[in-house]
Amino acid sequence: MKKTVLSMLLLLGLAVAASAQPPDNTVLLNAAGATFPYPIYSKWFSDYHQAHPNVQINYQSIGSGGGIQQLKAGTVDFGASDMPLNDQLLGQFNFKIIQFPTVLGAVVPTYNVPGISGDLKFTAKALSDIFLGKVTKWNDSEIAGSNPGVKLPSDDIVVIHRSDGSGTTFVWTDYLSKVNADWKSKVGSNTSVNWPVGLGGKGNEGVSGLVKQTPGSIGYVELIYALQNHMGFGLVQNADGKFIKASLPSVTQAASGVAAKMKSDVRISITDASGAETYPICSFTYLLIPETISDAAKRDAIKAFLNWMLTTGQGSVQALNYAQLPKAVVAIEMKHIAEIK
Amino acid sequence: MSRARLLWRKSLNVLMLTITGVAAFSVVSVLFLILGYLVYNGGKSLNWAFFTQLPKPVGETGGGMANAIVGSLKLLLLAALMGLPVGLMAGIYLAEFGGRTFGFLVRYTTDLLNGVPSIVMGIFAYSLVVVPMRHFSTLAGGVALGIMVIPITLRSTEEFLRSVPGSLREGAMALGASKWRTIATVVLPAARAGIVTGMLLALARVAGETAPLLFTAFGNQFWSPGWDQPIASLPVMIYTYAIAPYDDWHRQAWAAGLVLLGLVLLANVGTRVVVSRGGASRNA
Amino acid sequence: MSLDATATERAPSPWTGRALLRRLAVGDEVAHLVTLIFAFIVIIITALLVYQLWLNSFAARHEFGWHFWLSRTWDPVLEHFGAAPFIYGTLVTSAVSLIIAVPLGLAAAIFLSELAPRNISDTISFLIDLLAAVPSVIFGLLGIFIIVPLMRTMIGPALKHTLGFLPLFQGPNYGVGFLTAGIVLAIMVVPFIISVSREVLLTVPRDQREAALALGATRWESTWKVVVPWARTGITGSIFLGLARAVGETMAVTMVIGNDPKIVTSLFAPGYTIAAVIANEFSEATGKIYLSALIELGLVLFMITLILNGLARLLIIATERGGGHP
Repeated sequence: MKKTVLSMLLLLGLAVAASAQPPDNTVLLNAAGATFPYPIYSKWFSDYHQAHPNVQINYQSIGSGGGIQQLKAGTVDFGASDMPLNDQLLGQFNFKIIQFPTVLGAVVPTYNVPGISGDLKFTAKALSDIFLGKVTKWNDSEIAGSNPGVKLPSDDIVVIHRSDGSGTTFVWTDYLSKVNADWKSKVGSNTSVNWPVGLGGKGNEGVSGLVKQTPGSIGYVELIYALQNHMGFGLVQNADGKFIKASLPSVTQAASGVAAKMKSDVRISITDASGAETYPICSFTYLLIPETISDAAKRDAIKAFLNWMLTTGQGSVQALNYAQLPKAVVAIEMKHIAEIK
Repeated sequence: MSRARLLWRKSLNVLMLTITGVAAFSVVSVLFLILGYLVYNGGKSLNWAFFTQLPKPVGETGGGMANAIVGSLKLLLLAALMGLPVGLMAGIYLAEFGGRTFGFLVRYTTDLLNGVPSIVMGIFAYSLVVVPMRHFSTLAGGVALGIMVIPITLRSTEEFLRSVPGSLREGAMALGASKWRTIATVVLPAARAGIVTGMLLALARVAGETAPLLFTAFGNQFWSPGWDQPIASLPVMIYTYAIAPYDDWHRQAWAAGLVLLGLVLLANVGTRVVVSRGGASRNA
Repeated sequence: MSLDATATERAPSPWTGRALLRRLAVGDEVAHLVTLIFAFIVIIITALLVYQLWLNSFAARHEFGWHFWLSRTWDPVLEHFGAAPFIYGTLVTSAVSLIIAVPLGLAAAIFLSELAPRNISDTISFLIDLLAAVPSVIFGLLGIFIIVPLMRTMIGPALKHTLGFLPLFQGPNYGVGFLTAGIVLAIMVVPFIISVSREVLLTVPRDQREAALALGATRWESTWKVVVPWARTGITGSIFLGLARAVGETMAVTMVIGNDPKIVTSLFAPGYTIAAVIANEFSEATGKIYLSALIELGLVLFMITLILNGLARLLIIATERGGGHP
């Protein structure tokens, strides 16, 4: 009896090991990090695997904080983050990192208000006060003021934020810090912060899942998540005072004219950028690649992928509602690829 | 007066007894509710592709969890190889050789290990395997599950060995067999059905564990060749798919839930049948 | 396999004269030694586990000391970490689960041990054991898709309507939160309470019941006033076991607790438990202190379950010794 079980186990093991034997030249890469670009990354890595069956890039969207941490711990080959690594963070690594912007994304306020089907308009002050816990009812004058004619209910506002370390949170809090001094001094901006109010959901998935399930809630997610889930999302007042709905053109607008600045440093915050048609809560998202990769096969695979991503890969980003990198930025990054040794 | 009291006592009797019956049946009905709901939701979404295909990228419908099914099997295999021998041998030690003090110590630590929350086991395997190897891996997940297998196997092995009647041992010893021969040829075979049951139940229990795998086996949207790469597993897939906002992922999470629960319950029911047929001497 | 090995070892060889070698050859000492080594492995693993937790939580223990237990801030930006909200969340969800599960479980155990015919009782116990085998992630799945919506639309409003004067049932009802987590946990611990309590109740000697019945007690009176008190310690033990499971439970709670480290009175409010915060934040904790604070939480959790399990074992052993013999 025991022998039967044991031999069954052994057979099972052999079958499993045999069935999963890779071709000899397969390169297996592991990456982890940002959830913000997860849809486009999962498409890229899947497309790239189909075009190059010997390269398999396993990407787990555990949040930007996780990407940074796991890269630091050396458990992944490269990381991904929506927050560019500042010098202090880079100092914690015992190897150098090159940061590659991949796409432009936007973070939108998404909500689930009973009886509201149209798009709500939010001033910067309204958004920051909701997230500070100062505005607690949907029919508060700060919201109603910019939405004349909309019949807002008196329901409690349920704030939903990320429970994990996330670049989406960084972009969101970076924006709130720029537009509200109170927020800047009390909360600040980071991949995870000490939230004044609200519920935490894990990942873009967790937040939009909670928003979807909770009447009266407001959260923030990457634009594509809101679009894919057919969730209402709001217009945000930009630096020029206009209410703008996040869209490909309004996001692309935010990155216009930054290429010159990026020549010296790709780490640029583009939240609350000027321009009449600019959506104010946008960001580049980055791949974090170690400068030195000792395994030649891995190094070549990563370099080839980066090349593909900046050329062919850029072609598929708009279908998923990300904005393409400006041409000038692609040119800068192409030069950086050569620096990987 | 006393009549009224008697009436009161009798109605209280009936009332309370009814309540206990309702409680028992409502707990059992929860099981059927779970089963029914899973079969309803999971059954709708279960198809051939689920067992044969890899997960599709976000936004594309279809795909399956073939890699997670194989992943769970590989993790279980490792857990069995690492955990079962230790549990079995240590169980034999406790039942047959265990000294007073040391036996107590082993028994106590086993209970301790059994009570360790699964998430803590994840931390342990992370710092024990993932950090030194600098890699999330099948191996790390297997270690976490393997350690969880040990205490369950150990205690059930000990219990079933102890339930073997002393007369059997004495008979063998009287025929001149050494203690070890007696254990190997008489005691172990007598307790065989029970021991195997304990092992299968231990594996069934860890098959559903999610928390220890989160930062050991991690996840993988492709096949995971070999043993030193991150690997997908059914429980982790259920978790990530359930908290995601995509309807197609929810559908797959239900299907995965049904498959996982089916396997676990099958192991439980199956072993129960084996035990009753094998006539294990435990009267539960 | 080991059989063949011992058989060949048994074959007489010219130099097996001395007693020790003979005993070795017979296999007893070898078997003893081999199994002893495996038993030792169990102790080593457990010791290693405690050592790892202790070692890796050094930075946080050094930085915060005892303050860690009392501080209510969990701020990854400023690296201030306190365990209080998580300990609170763990205690509240466990308490809620026990308040639901103990009466339910005890009643069901009484029914199974005292009233139901043996075959029905065995069948039901078997089904309840199956319920105990359902993986926790599946309870989480059902929690998200059944209990959370129910909570928001029915249970929550009903509680607000009837018990809304209590601070426990005030404030916005999100669907996720302490109460929802408590309900899910209750479903998960109830099978443990039932099966252990039932076994303990079955050990109560028959003459105890018969004596009470002979004195004119009703069935319920004999059960409640004689049998249950007799098994009291064992039942308490089963509750501790259930509590230990509730405290350490991770996935199902993580999926329905709301993930917000706050100490609030309302049971509708979102909270956080020790196990849930480790599951959510462990793989992404940037910085040494953050990671080590999470590991210290793991240590706290380990110690809580250690104490609960120990108490449960003691109580169960005490009853079995006290009332178990025929």
